[in-house]
Amino acid sequence: MSLKTFSRGGVHPPEHKLSAGNKIIELPPPEVAVIPVAQHLGAPSKVLVNRGDQVKVGQLIAESAGFVSTNIHSSVSGKVLKVDQFMDSSGYRRLAVQIQVEGDQWLDTIDRSDDLVRNSVLPAEDIRKKILEAGIVGLGGATFPSHVKLMVPQGKTAEYLLINGVECEPYLTADHSLMMERSEELLSGIQLLMKGLGVEKAILGIENNKPDAIKKMQQVVQGSSVTVQGLKVKYPQGGEKQLVKALLKREVPSGGLPIDVGVVVFNVGTALATYEAVMKNRPLIDRVVTVTGKSLEKPSNFLVRIGTPVSYLIEQAGGLPENTAKVINGGPMMGKALSTIDIPVVKGSSGILLINETEARRKEVKPCIRCTKCVTVCPMGLEPYLLMTLSEKSLFERMEPEKVMDCIECGSCSYTCPSSRPLLDYIRLGKGEVGKIMRASLAV
Amino acid sequence: MNKFIVSPSPHAYTDESVPKLMYGVIISLLPALAVSVFFFGIGMIVVTTVSIVSCILFEYLIQKYMMKVKPTHLDGSALLTGMLLAFCLPTNIPFWIVMIGALAAVGIGKMTFGGLGNNIFNPALVGRVFLFISFPVAMTSWPEVGQWMNYTDAVTGATPLGLMKEGLATQTVAEIMPQVPSFLHMLMGKTMGSAGEVSALALLLGMCYLLYRKIISWHIPITILATVAVFSGILWLANPDRFADPLFHLLSGGLMLGAIYMATDYVTSPMSHKGMIIYGVGIGVVTVLIRVFGAYPEGVQFAILIFNGFTPLINKFVKPKRFGKEVKHV
Repeated sequence: MSLKTFSRGGVHPPEHKLSAGNKIIELPPPEVAVIPVAQHLGAPSKVLVNRGDQVKVGQLIAESAGFVSTNIHSSVSGKVLKVDQFMDSSGYRRLAVQIQVEGDQWLDTIDRSDDLVRNSVLPAEDIRKKILEAGIVGLGGATFPSHVKLMVPQGKTAEYLLINGVECEPYLTADHSLMMERSEELLSGIQLLMKGLGVEKAILGIENNKPDAIKKMQQVVQGSSVTVQGLKVKYPQGGEKQLVKALLKREVPSGGLPIDVGVVVFNVGTALATYEAVMKNRPLIDRVVTVTGKSLEKPSNFLVRIGTPVSYLIEQAGGLPENTAKVINGGPMMGKALSTIDIPVVKGSSGILLINETEARRKEVKPCIRCTKCVTVCPMGLEPYLLMTLSEKSLFERMEPEKVMDCIECGSCSYTCPSSRPLLDYIRLGKGEVGKIMRASLAV
Repeated sequence: MNKFIVSPSPHAYTDESVPKLMYGVIISLLPALAVSVFFFGIGMIVVTTVSIVSCILFEYLIQKYMMKVKPTHLDGSALLTGMLLAFCLPTNIPFWIVMIGALAAVGIGKMTFGGLGNNIFNPALVGRVFLFISFPVAMTSWPEVGQWMNYTDAVTGATPLGLMKEGLATQTVAEIMPQVPSFLHMLMGKTMGSAGEVSALALLLGMCYLLYRKIISWHIPITILATVAVFSGILWLANPDRFADPLFHLLSGGLMLGAIYMATDYVTSPMSHKGMIIYGVGIGVVTVLIRVFGAYPEGVQFAILIFNGFTPLINKFVKPKRFGKEVKHV
């Protein structure tokens, strides 16, 4: 099988997939769960429960507050302790529902059996409705509400559904384990998404560092209209635009979305959640999270309830190592550093990575020697060295014509810089300022 | 409670560093160094050592006492400048001239602009051209190969390009060619010329290493060599009596050293692949123009310095291909 990849830029950081091949372990619910109401891109959901209410697993506790918003369900059963501000992975205190766990009582409507339900007679509209009701968001990390993506805007047509099984971030193996252990359900989920979207063709892209997953999924998809495509290992292939380019050679226009070239992209986790929502009536209340790190005793893939504290996950993986200097929510390239581990797992948590002291230190910043490495690796064809200089000198109005807003913040430039320059830090600053200028000019 | 470092992504970094890149280039120069020591003996050793030590010393002194910054003289860049400067000097040149060249290279070429990363012109070439203008006689008498124990007292002769330039005044190319070393000797380095530029083969070997380590991309050296081959080839086809053949141009003078090591200097060459190709074509054309129609037998150092000057302009107008700019509609 020939391997495909995207054409421009990219890097290949050491993979460190420590937890690859480890079976998914289902963790019991925590003692206290904290479920934020802003776990997705868009408007925070509206809380429906009050202090003292009894809730069951799967019960709606916050409802969608607009088109780009979503439902939130209780992932545990028990008593609502508080509806208050709690710190989440962003580092800010935001509204969340705190629940004291009592037993594990599920709503009767949820099918908890392992039986595979294959054929759906539901029309496309009902599939979309179920996805909306189940509170499904993009589980790759962007957490964009999935029902919105399934509504193809007028004048656009969807031709392909692409499923992202790339997992190009080093260390993370959550999607890998899903493809290995839940392949049949995953296929069913992909077919449901195809129906919901009204497309005939779907491609599942998997990087070649997971040959077992490629093989497994190829066996499973036989006879269906889903194809599996192996991809050359290159970061950031899991970026939406890069994946579309790699699989279809189509280039999403600057400032556009994949639908502009007839494509909609979903993560494998999202496809699986779709299966559970539509076929099993089960809202999005848990997800697979990779807990990993070189100094961690047992790097693992855990199936955990949303709202479980990160500290509980680390405990289950062998406890916090002494030398932990940084805790990352996500992978090393795009993940966010956490200030505390007393925050809950949310829908977008794909991994918890512990980085030790030696790895965490940034190297001394040296002068730019114009080696062109940042330009060569930029997958968007930008000039990071120039953008950094402009940002440093506060020349923000010159950054917009240099296409700074196209930056996907993949971090390839900072990763590759031999002078350890904080390229992306300055580019982010510039993006923020350019965004402000653009909004101000729109407001006039 | 544990305290964690909070910093923006990415949280992983490459092992690559400026010294590693510089020492990578230095390693790739070792075959050429070995060949030159073999052909020029003690002169090569003296010139190279003096040049390297002076460049490092001047960088240290200027940074410490004039710029008052933390000296970075050991990051490999001064060593590399010293080595490249030595490689484009005759091996019988007095050591004090080498020291003046090193001062011009590091002092004028690099430090006046603010040090590594800020200079417009390639420091080693600045040093070479400075000496070329200041000491024209010392800079244009090259020792004959094989005098291992002779330094400044070595018997001198003319380089192939020099023979060609002078000869063409009265003779045809066919009459001059028997006087110049064979192409095989020029490939191996058994020819007169500046210290490190004699062996095309050793330099090409170095280029392969640089490409393998991904320290440079192919764009600049290959474009220069191809342009020189094509342009001199056209002239040769037009009039083989007046113009030497492309292989002679490729193997002679400082072209290989210039194309592979001088023109690819990170700081002074363009940032985009398209820009590198424009830069390479320009250097190739100007090199041939100077060699064939100019007053000097060799022009590669001037061509590179001229296009060093164009680099900021090229960077301003030639941008990498942006993603999503040319949309292929379905």
